[in-house]
Amino acid sequence: MMTVLQIDVLLLIEKLVLIAIIVLASLGIALYTTFAERKVAAILQDRPGPERAGPFGLLQPFADGLKLIMKEEIIPSHANKGLFILGPALAMTAALMTCAVIPWSSSVELFGRKIDLQIADINIGILYIFGVVSLGVYGIMIGGWASNNKFSLMAALRGASQAISYELAMGLSLIAVLMLGGSLSLKTLVEQQMQPGALWNIAYQPLGFLIFFVCALAECNRTPFDLPEAESELNFGYHQEYSSMKLGFYLFAEYVNMIMSSAVMACLFFGGYDIPFLDEKTLSPNVAAVLGLLALLTKIVIFLFVFMWIRWTIPRFRYDQLMNLGWKKFIPLALFNMLLTGFFILMKQEGTWQSVTHLFNK
Amino acid sequence: MQALTNRSRAVSRKPLSFWESLYLPAILKGMMITFRHIFTKNPTIRYPEQKRPFSPVFRGLQVLNRDEQGRENCTACGLCAVACPAEAITMEGAERQPGEEHLYREEKYAAKYEINMLRCIFCGLCEEACPKDAIYLSETFAPANFTRKGFIYGKEELLIPNPITEPEAYALAKGGKVTV
Repeated sequence: MMTVLQIDVLLLIEKLVLIAIIVLASLGIALYTTFAERKVAAILQDRPGPERAGPFGLLQPFADGLKLIMKEEIIPSHANKGLFILGPALAMTAALMTCAVIPWSSSVELFGRKIDLQIADINIGILYIFGVVSLGVYGIMIGGWASNNKFSLMAALRGASQAISYELAMGLSLIAVLMLGGSLSLKTLVEQQMQPGALWNIAYQPLGFLIFFVCALAECNRTPFDLPEAESELNFGYHQEYSSMKLGFYLFAEYVNMIMSSAVMACLFFGGYDIPFLDEKTLSPNVAAVLGLLALLTKIVIFLFVFMWIRWTIPRFRYDQLMNLGWKKFIPLALFNMLLTGFFILMKQEGTWQSVTHLFNK
Repeated sequence: MQALTNRSRAVSRKPLSFWESLYLPAILKGMMITFRHIFTKNPTIRYPEQKRPFSPVFRGLQVLNRDEQGRENCTACGLCAVACPAEAITMEGAERQPGEEHLYREEKYAAKYEINMLRCIFCGLCEEACPKDAIYLSETFAPANFTRKGFIYGKEELLIPNPITEPEAYALAKGGKVTV
């Protein structure tokens, strides 16, 4: 077999194809998420929403994209040009990099090869996601700072402090899940939830999920935590000076982030590509993989709807409320949740209440 | 102090409990409200295809009227121009020549009749002033235009189509309004 640097060439091609498909698919889904957002907003507000471009307005996202591309590209004269361009690029890259470790489905068999529908099953999957997500803050920070605009800078500061505060609670709520699963690999976590008889993690971690969900909203800069782009307070937030496709990248990165966090939540708490009440082992692997992918996509779509539903219901938080909620409510709650989980795990291992108390009395 | 109405309510200043300060109950309540709106019928009128009917007293664009034989009613007496508070109407009269009896009802007619739609306030005083039922306000409004000149409507725009030669267009322009 042909190898380059001891890597199987076929494996390389397989992964490249997979990367291309997944990145393009996420961009496509993000495109239609912008459309869905407008449509959901309209439905919740008793309006018809965009319906003129193409049948049912289905060409609307392309019209929007075309509009953004055709606009004049403006770089403010006092902006730091390099960083100004780097900002949206970084935001987009960070958003797309997350999809590398998400297990989209089980493996399919094509051309006599077993192909995992996951770009990289690295054993620190969830840590990788956290790392990349926190890189996404740099997109906002750099963009806001390089614009040389007070409002943008304020927004960037807000965005950064918000992301850092909520990442803490998010991480702590996640630890409880990891304690249950005993692994950092997303694929392993999903497969544990797929075992016959095993429940999804949401059954064991309702509080953890709640905290994770709220923090995911904050991480994606979604309403009610969209302080970095608060129109009424900061004009337009960190992307005030941006125009044309650079602005488009920022807006688009938000939607890609939403999709990725939905996928992560589906994997961690809702069994990923698991189909409820169905044993996938009875199906042929290819069928199971396709159905699994559809199951995961359904879960993602439901999450996206909830994201939008929340956005069009709740007004924006005040900055002090945001910080109070993050530091004084969610971090203690997450710690409590961790403690509780630890206690129950210990009890399960030791068997009885007495033996647990005995451990403490030693 | 005695309250004028008993509608005022004292604001509760008690600090939020921990559960309340997570905002979750209130947020869920709000989300149920928005969720209910998914099932409500939306009141949108899709404009260019659907139009909301105007009230019978709506005053829209002016129309210069013709009689049943297709002759112009206007005699260029100028009463509408005098009545117009916005001074939007100008006209020039001309004498009917022999052989033009099928075009104009009386011996004098308006050779030029202009209404500046940017000045017009659609008050309908011209309609009231006209002794010949020659001008009335229809149920359409002035469409947008790119130039100021485009808003000065001449006889081509104002005159109603001839009921003899183009009966369909006449009926359309006439709408539901009874004049003659």
